[in-house]
Amino acid sequence: MGGLPRGTVLDVSTTSLVKGARASRSTIALKLLMAVSGLIFVGFVLAHMYGNLKAFSGHDAFNEYAHHLRVLGEPLLPYSGFLWISRVVLLLALVVHVYAAVTLWRRAKAARTVPYVMKKSTGAIFASRLMRWGGVTLLLFIIWHLLNFTVGKVNVQGGPTNDPYNLMVDTFDTWWLTLIYLVAMLALGAHLHHGVWSAAQTLGLTGTAAARATWKKIAFALALVISVGFSLVPIFVLAGVIEK
Amino acid sequence: MSDNNHMSLTLKIWRQPDSVTAGAMHTYQLDDVSPDMSFLEMLDVLNEQLNAKGEDPVAFDSDCREGICGMCGLMINGDAHGPEVTTTCQLHMRSFSDGETITIEPWRATAFPVIKDLVVDRSAFDRIIQQGGYISVNTGSAPEAHSVPVPRDDAMRAFNVATCIGCGACVAACPNGSASLFMGAKITHLGELPQGQPERDSRVVDMVAQHDHEGFGGCTNIGQCTAACPKEIPLDVISQLNKDLRTALKHGH
Repeated sequence: MGGLPRGTVLDVSTTSLVKGARASRSTIALKLLMAVSGLIFVGFVLAHMYGNLKAFSGHDAFNEYAHHLRVLGEPLLPYSGFLWISRVVLLLALVVHVYAAVTLWRRAKAARTVPYVMKKSTGAIFASRLMRWGGVTLLLFIIWHLLNFTVGKVNVQGGPTNDPYNLMVDTFDTWWLTLIYLVAMLALGAHLHHGVWSAAQTLGLTGTAAARATWKKIAFALALVISVGFSLVPIFVLAGVIEK
Repeated sequence: MSDNNHMSLTLKIWRQPDSVTAGAMHTYQLDDVSPDMSFLEMLDVLNEQLNAKGEDPVAFDSDCREGICGMCGLMINGDAHGPEVTTTCQLHMRSFSDGETITIEPWRATAFPVIKDLVVDRSAFDRIIQQGGYISVNTGSAPEAHSVPVPRDDAMRAFNVATCIGCGACVAACPNGSASLFMGAKITHLGELPQGQPERDSRVVDMVAQHDHEGFGGCTNIGQCTAACPKEIPLDVISQLNKDLRTALKHGH
């Protein structure tokens, strides 16, 4: 073994103490942003899932619901006012969520630059280790999903895009689009399974073993309800139960 | 291979002469290991053999060897302190099997730089404690213990988490290299007691700031820390830590 003479002790770490600490500048503040923005998304996907299930009531019920979202709050709000308020809130939540995630991801990478030769994941559920790449998957899916149904409106079957119900049926009649959608719902389920419990822990709601167990159950139930609820419509379209 | 009472092992050990020289894994063959040896006694036997051959012995930390001081700590086959819920010194070779290959590494964290071989510098923990892991009291004769009543459940929680020995296994096991379980234990221990109240807000803000400054990562509530903890500090101390910081934030800190 080469190197310095035996017994040499180097000053290998920082010795400075932080002065004037601010709670808002901490990693926990970033986690709080992550938790609150995440819970906004949970509220959104629940409402979105409810709207999607209108597909089971047929063409008119689905399209009426879509139209109703535009006139919601009228005359207090202008046409599409509610929709635009929701979009701004969701976009802000997305920016905050992604910013906090990227910052914490970079921190975590810097916190261990030399990897272990052998490292087990004792005590971790699979979903918890999937949060970052699963989140990237969801972000890519959201971009495609918006292009598909909101911003650009893409009908891969070449049909019209001005009828929400027909666009939905045309989309999920295409097996590979349904497959992409179902993979995204698996990613969403996993993300919520760990994310909802993690948000509760970050907000300080899990201070006892009983509260921890309760929130883990709530997280699992929400993940199951949301991912299965969203998956029903594309599966039933592909199976021919929901049709034009 | 040998008889039932003695084991032969292949050891893959991280060797690094000092903090600035690059290290690497080295492989050693060790025979006649008794299943009743502790893990550190097994390394002592290896070091005696290395000494006899004129080689540099493997440097590792240890002190009390009875699982209460927090000095020892090795990453053994990918688990902090090895496969049992205990400290490395209280881990015995009967937890391994004859002919097994054991991979031994130091704690890996930017905030815990390697000093030599398996020894890391954990003074980052000392500086976190310096930032609020204490209570300020006037010195003098000890006050009557019953003068400040503490509800039984609060006292139990404080005592249970005060068992944290600061070994650093939580950081070593955490995929983010976070020391949140360590901080949570201190925050909960002092926050549950009346004596901890005057400095409660500044304690959490200062400790977390020092934690971040030292280069530890942020917590993502995965729970590998609590699985690795030899003292079984529960994950709810991190919830307490988060709650205390949120409260301090509300109080304008």
